[in-house]
Amino acid sequence: MLAYIIRRLGYAIPILIGVNLLTFALFFVVNTPDQMAQVQLGDKHVTAEAIQEWKAQRGYDKPLLLNSEEVGLSAMTNTIFYEKSLRLFALDFGKSDAGRSIAADIEQRMWPSLAVALPTFVVGISVNIAFALFIVMFRASIFDTSAMILCVVLMSISGVFYVIAGQFFFAKEWNLVPISGYLSGADAWRFLILPVIIGVISGIGGGTRLYRTLFLEEASKDYVRTARAKGVPELTVLFRHILPNGLIPILTSVVVVIPSLFMGSLLVESFFGIPGLGSYTLDAIQAQDFAIVRSMVFLGSVLYIIGLLLTDISYTLVDPRVRLS
Amino acid sequence: MGITGKSLIAMTMALTFVLNLSACSDKAWNNPHSSEEAGKNILYSSFTERPKHLDPVISYSSDEARFIDQIYDPPLQYHYLKRPFELEPNTLVALPTIVYRNAAGEEVDADASDLAFSDYYFELKPGIYYQPHPAFALNEQGDAFYQFKSPTDVSPYTTLADFKETGTRELRAEDYVYQIRRLADPTLLSPIRGLLSDYIVGMNEFSEQAKKARAELSDNEWLDLRTIEFSGVEVIDQYKYRVRLNGKYPQFTYWLAYHFFAALPIEADRFYQMPGMDDRNLTLDWYPIGTGPYMMTENDPNKVIVLERNPNYRDDFYPTEGEAGDLEAGLLDDAGKKLPFIDKYVYRLEKESIPFWTKFLQGYYDRSGITSDSFDQAISVGPSGIGLSDEMRERGISLDVDVLPGTYYFGFNMLDPIVGDTGSKEERLKKRKLRQAIAIVYDQEEYISIFMNGRGETGMSPLPPGIFGYQEGEKGINSNVFKWVDGKPVRRSIEDAKKLLVEAGYPEGRDAKTGEPLVLNLDTVGAGASATQNWLIKQFKKLDIQLNFRATDYNRFKDKMNAGNAQMFQWGWMADYPDAENFLFLLYGPNGLVSSNGAGVNSSNYNNPRYNKLFEEMKLMENTPERMAIIREMLALVHDDVPWASSFHPHSYVLNNEWVSNSKPHGISKAVIKYLKIDPERRTELQAQWNSPIVWPLIFVALLLLVFALPGYMAYHRRLQQRILPINTKDGEH
Repeated sequence: MLAYIIRRLGYAIPILIGVNLLTFALFFVVNTPDQMAQVQLGDKHVTAEAIQEWKAQRGYDKPLLLNSEEVGLSAMTNTIFYEKSLRLFALDFGKSDAGRSIAADIEQRMWPSLAVALPTFVVGISVNIAFALFIVMFRASIFDTSAMILCVVLMSISGVFYVIAGQFFFAKEWNLVPISGYLSGADAWRFLILPVIIGVISGIGGGTRLYRTLFLEEASKDYVRTARAKGVPELTVLFRHILPNGLIPILTSVVVVIPSLFMGSLLVESFFGIPGLGSYTLDAIQAQDFAIVRSMVFLGSVLYIIGLLLTDISYTLVDPRVRLS
Repeated sequence: MGITGKSLIAMTMALTFVLNLSACSDKAWNNPHSSEEAGKNILYSSFTERPKHLDPVISYSSDEARFIDQIYDPPLQYHYLKRPFELEPNTLVALPTIVYRNAAGEEVDADASDLAFSDYYFELKPGIYYQPHPAFALNEQGDAFYQFKSPTDVSPYTTLADFKETGTRELRAEDYVYQIRRLADPTLLSPIRGLLSDYIVGMNEFSEQAKKARAELSDNEWLDLRTIEFSGVEVIDQYKYRVRLNGKYPQFTYWLAYHFFAALPIEADRFYQMPGMDDRNLTLDWYPIGTGPYMMTENDPNKVIVLERNPNYRDDFYPTEGEAGDLEAGLLDDAGKKLPFIDKYVYRLEKESIPFWTKFLQGYYDRSGITSDSFDQAISVGPSGIGLSDEMRERGISLDVDVLPGTYYFGFNMLDPIVGDTGSKEERLKKRKLRQAIAIVYDQEEYISIFMNGRGETGMSPLPPGIFGYQEGEKGINSNVFKWVDGKPVRRSIEDAKKLLVEAGYPEGRDAKTGEPLVLNLDTVGAGASATQNWLIKQFKKLDIQLNFRATDYNRFKDKMNAGNAQMFQWGWMADYPDAENFLFLLYGPNGLVSSNGAGVNSSNYNNPRYNKLFEEMKLMENTPERMAIIREMLALVHDDVPWASSFHPHSYVLNNEWVSNSKPHGISKAVIKYLKIDPERRTELQAQWNSPIVWPLIFVALLLLVFALPGYMAYHRRLQQRILPINTKDGEH
């Protein structure tokens, strides 16, 4: 397995270089270093000298990809792309274009993101699995049909609607929770309860339908029929037989997202004013802060690759038939 | 049924718990603030974007000034109540003394022809102390307590609050001089360095020396800027200093009320330059240090910024006089009382306007602006004008309305071959008539009414009300566009505009020579709302001119403007200081965007030699009748040449909850929160009244779940009891 993991990590390097190159190209197609300087320095009294100084201080005064004034390897290395990208592989994110340490910001902002994403994830998965099993218990009945219609309706509603409706009723009309904001410590739960509920409800439709399909497939297998024929109670059939075997395909969609949880949610964090990494990325895009955008895309890619690797490893844990080689 | 019984008991218990909770709790559930802060003398406000810079030599945005202007003390400040705006000493014993000198250093009169320098002499009030700060902490030997040799030494510190040892010291003249040195340091990228280097003697030389000195330093090595010669500034003694300017620059006094010229202790510069501080975001750009009424005790720009009363703040008192009407408005009720009134300001990050507005109505924010989303709920427009809606009145909310010292305009690029001031004399005259015709049909009043809910007023010139040179009434109107009818300005008729269009060579919107339709381009950022676009098309349609939108992103738009490739555009300017020079320089030729390579503020690239000459004369004058005459002539030139089709001055609307007092809008200064006052007890009372939790929906949802769960359980139970084959009672077999 170790050899497999090392090989997979080796594959990750060209992927990450490609991601970096793509991010770099997309960003600099629409923003030149001069324009970035202009955004950071503001509109009033900005001189050409100040723009030049800003670029020099942040290393944006070099050619983008190829330095024609240099010879040999320096032509590649004495460029913005090389200097900004290489240290990312050592997880050295450097400073944002506004001058703040990105690592310090990430360290600070990952906790609010996790505080929302983790309960939403755990509760969401549990609720979806419970609902799916419940529906499977009444498969091919009017209850099953009604539940599926409800799931499709829930899936069809935009996430923004859940947020706005939730804020309107729970916070504005019924005064049950704060409409937005975030406090750390013991007060945090008051701000998290609504985003978590909304996150769970908005995911019920899709999640339940997927898991129902997986469980139905298991429910039609011989070993389930045998268990029932032996007189095993239905709840035991569901939780002791169908659920563990149905978990294997569920893992493919679940484990892969676990490392990415701390990257946060753009929508929920923005609407609820939660100072996580989702809103950090969104702000950076709006402020044309390439240093942050690049770092967050890189980090997202690394976490996704780790997620895929963990998925593969988890297969071997839940299904002894699977071997990594 | 046993399980159903248990479920019912559990459900009943849960409901009882919820009901008890709602009955017993005296605190609103939806309160977004910490429960520990309840009932305290804290004002809650918000910010929509995290500040980029809090270093007083870099920051140049009102969003940042609202924080640092409460912390940094410049030598001068604006009187809170008096209008027109009036400067007064802040940390000085009196306004600075100005001595004019010739090249030999001899004193001369203000209007002397050989005037070469202006010396500004400052004298500080004694006994002003800095906020407690770790930069001032000393060890037993009297040296700085915190002296980090390597970045690892900083690792235990995440925020400034982690530094437990603090100290203070008295404000000195050298702190002001050190800040001017920082202004001149090119690596700090102060936005006004370029402007001031024309005036402060020796600034350019200092900048060059500083740059060279920095190049010789290693990373994280601190440069003591006092070691570099700066001939234009001098520390006379502990409380006195001098700044020497080239020639005369009356507007310099206004800059002295800006945080750019606030005091900065050298200890702070050294403290934040220690190795590793930067990597922890422990910089002067994020943790200000000053002698002002407040100090920043928490700076989490992703969430909250907290200002708390500076325990070392000097004796400072609420003004005892104001303008007419202030006494009646209760604005002098606290005259002579010690400032500040509020202990703490908590600013929370609020990016979305609807949650912010909801919290304001719930009483969790003390003050609010009015967005277009909330305008209809907050404001009613009646025959007597604009006022608060009944709902706001019932809540005891008050409204502050003010004309902002700013101008937004629809401009022409005067370098453009179709609408600009180019070609032969005859061609230029025709193009001027085209611009005049457009200026007449561009109905700014309608725009303000439809798209701004009436929150603005049409500009007759670049000068907004309250600025010297602005004139009300018939004399103040732009007579090329308006006529004075029945005591008010009335826009000239479309027929007048069409006549001008014919004279411009475009009868019925077509080129008189080629018959081609006249198509003009408006360069914009983004596509804009379709309603606005339709309205703009309608304005040009009045003259049968076709309007085309050239929408790009902001970067491309700036490039086009800087290169002079735009044709028509919309732009705006908010004043740095309340002087006519700060508006009329928007049309000063050498400030042209193209001629200054993007550094100027004259977006129209208007360049009238007579205007330029008058501007140069006017900017050096005091506010005298002679200056007024020159301004009138300049405005007449602008009215004739029409570099802008139209302009407006926006209004600011601020709502205050019932418990807020002493609020008076100040268009220029942001250092005004020390004057505000709140009644926390009344706030707590009203918050409880407005935010009583409604729990019946929770009960309803619980019952709903029960309604769905019960049939499910019954069906499950039935299924378990169900036999695969029916019992054959006759045969006694299954």
